[in-house]
Amino acid sequence: MSATEHPTEHLAEHLDTHNWTGALRRRALRELPPDRLLPDSQPAYMSSWIYLFGVLTVAALAVVIGTGCVLALKGPQWWHLSSLGHYVNSMHLWSVELFLAFMVIHLWGKFFMAAWRGKRAMTWMTGVVAFLASIGTAFTGYLAQQNLDSQWISTQAKDGLNSVGIGAYFNVMDFGQMLMWHIVLLPAAIGVLTVWHLVLVRRRGIVPPIGAVPPEDENTSEKEDRP
Amino acid sequence: MLTLPPLPARLLAAPIDLNGPGHYLHWGVIQISVANLVVIGLMLIAFVAAILLPFPRKRGRR
Amino acid sequence: MKRGRTREQTPDSHAFPTRPYDLVKEAVIAVIAVTLLTFGLAAVFSSPDEKPVTVATWSQADPADFTATAVTELGGTSATAQYGPPYNTAADGQKLGPLPLQTWAGVKHPIDTANDFVLQPLRQTPEPAAVTAALARWNAASADQQTKWTGAYSDALGKAPNGDPAKVAAGDYGPVPVLTARLLQLGQSGTLDAQLLAEGHYFQTDYTRALLFLADGSYLQDQARTQHLGGDQWGMMNETGNYPGQAWLWLYTFWYQVQPYKSSTNADALVWGTMALLSALLLLLPFIPGLRDIPRLTRVYKLIWRDWYRDHPTPNPGTART
Repeated sequence: MSATEHPTEHLAEHLDTHNWTGALRRRALRELPPDRLLPDSQPAYMSSWIYLFGVLTVAALAVVIGTGCVLALKGPQWWHLSSLGHYVNSMHLWSVELFLAFMVIHLWGKFFMAAWRGKRAMTWMTGVVAFLASIGTAFTGYLAQQNLDSQWISTQAKDGLNSVGIGAYFNVMDFGQMLMWHIVLLPAAIGVLTVWHLVLVRRRGIVPPIGAVPPEDENTSEKEDRP
Repeated sequence: MLTLPPLPARLLAAPIDLNGPGHYLHWGVIQISVANLVVIGLMLIAFVAAILLPFPRKRGRR
Repeated sequence: MKRGRTREQTPDSHAFPTRPYDLVKEAVIAVIAVTLLTFGLAAVFSSPDEKPVTVATWSQADPADFTATAVTELGGTSATAQYGPPYNTAADGQKLGPLPLQTWAGVKHPIDTANDFVLQPLRQTPEPAAVTAALARWNAASADQQTKWTGAYSDALGKAPNGDPAKVAAGDYGPVPVLTARLLQLGQSGTLDAQLLAEGHYFQTDYTRALLFLADGSYLQDQARTQHLGGDQWGMMNETGNYPGQAWLWLYTFWYQVQPYKSSTNADALVWGTMALLSALLLLLPFIPGLRDIPRLTRVYKLIWRDWYRDHPTPNPGTART
């Protein structure tokens, strides 16, 4: 390679590389080109406040994780002993209430839009699994509080889990096990599911209105909107 | 002698104390706390408002 | 399938006209807004933290309940002693239809309530001579004799004023009153809390034994029911005080309030089976004819996309495939 060659020639050469890495990059670029991953425009039919609840859910998740990380920094006892710790715990609780509220409203909205249409079933399903994983994460959070709530919830919930054989392996009265699930395993699962969900949304685009047909005699620019 | 809690505790004390006996509504088989009812009510209001309120049309669009 | 083919397929979203939009700006504003809202809610409402019940607080506040519970642990008649898997083989456990999932999972956390909750803590602490003698007498007795003693003492405690061990009528209770009286001392001093937790190792994070013992008494339950946390009080979605709880568990806790779940001996397994089925339906909703048509039939979508339909009259959106 001489320095005089045009940079795109390097790119072209790289794109032709027949190794695993090159293949993965080509696949990624084909499935999700940068302008689809981070588009600076959106379909004209996205004209409703209901679309905000997806991004609000992600924003609340960010606050949940952020406040959870502060609690993790100081350890599980901190919030019982310090007023600042108790305040961070309050933030963690209220951001979880917001997270689940936003997510459920997002779910209602996507249901009434039948948002699984047009090869978007996997987007719907990753969302549902993320919802169930969030419920599990919140539940293990209640178990990890080390107060009357945790005592009562664990001794009650054990019966349900034991009745279907899960309790033998997932012991809600084992504080250490529940704390690990709450701060490692389930958040990791939610993180993976969220990224997967968002990538699928970007890859397929936002679902068009039911029965909508793209205006054929117009190009896909913003000036189309005038009939 | 009057002893005040340390400053951070006073700054971080909640003005509205939700501890104390809970308020519950009973309606046949249904029992629900006022707090949960408020949360669910706000969610429904947000959902209906999100659908019904007109979304501003941006100038750049036309 | 046939019906699906006759319905219009959903077109590619990228074929539609667009307008400029700043996704990153939207996300940044959303994070700032939710952060501020969280700061505000936390500042105004704080969060609940009801102190945990300990064996010490329980045995000091309600020594009669503690003693009655200790006798059932020793006699093998407590809820834990009779539980079945994963703690012991005293019962078969619940079944989901024909499936004995609880039995299949096996005894993974073996608990012998007489030994783990009563005898071992007594042996591990300095023994007064009377306790040493009582332990020897208990160990020398047959299982039948032990059951007779604990049964008789349980009955007598039930008849005593306020269940007070000091007011129990005379009878043949063997060494049981001495053993439970000593256990009450250990409980009230806080020693038993530490003993139930320490399962032979120094560091410990597993509260299974301590919590099961607490839950066998009625003191913990009384505290929880006062806070509306009981299973038949829709307790699963409730929180102590006036705080919102896990409202998203409403459907799970709902089943426990209605028949046939409410009075079934397999209630837990049935509720879990029902919720697993409903979760699968939600997960697979895009593939289930009928359910996936609800959005098209309810026509809420016409409100959501009213701007689009007004600008682009669509003759029959209701014939499109969902």
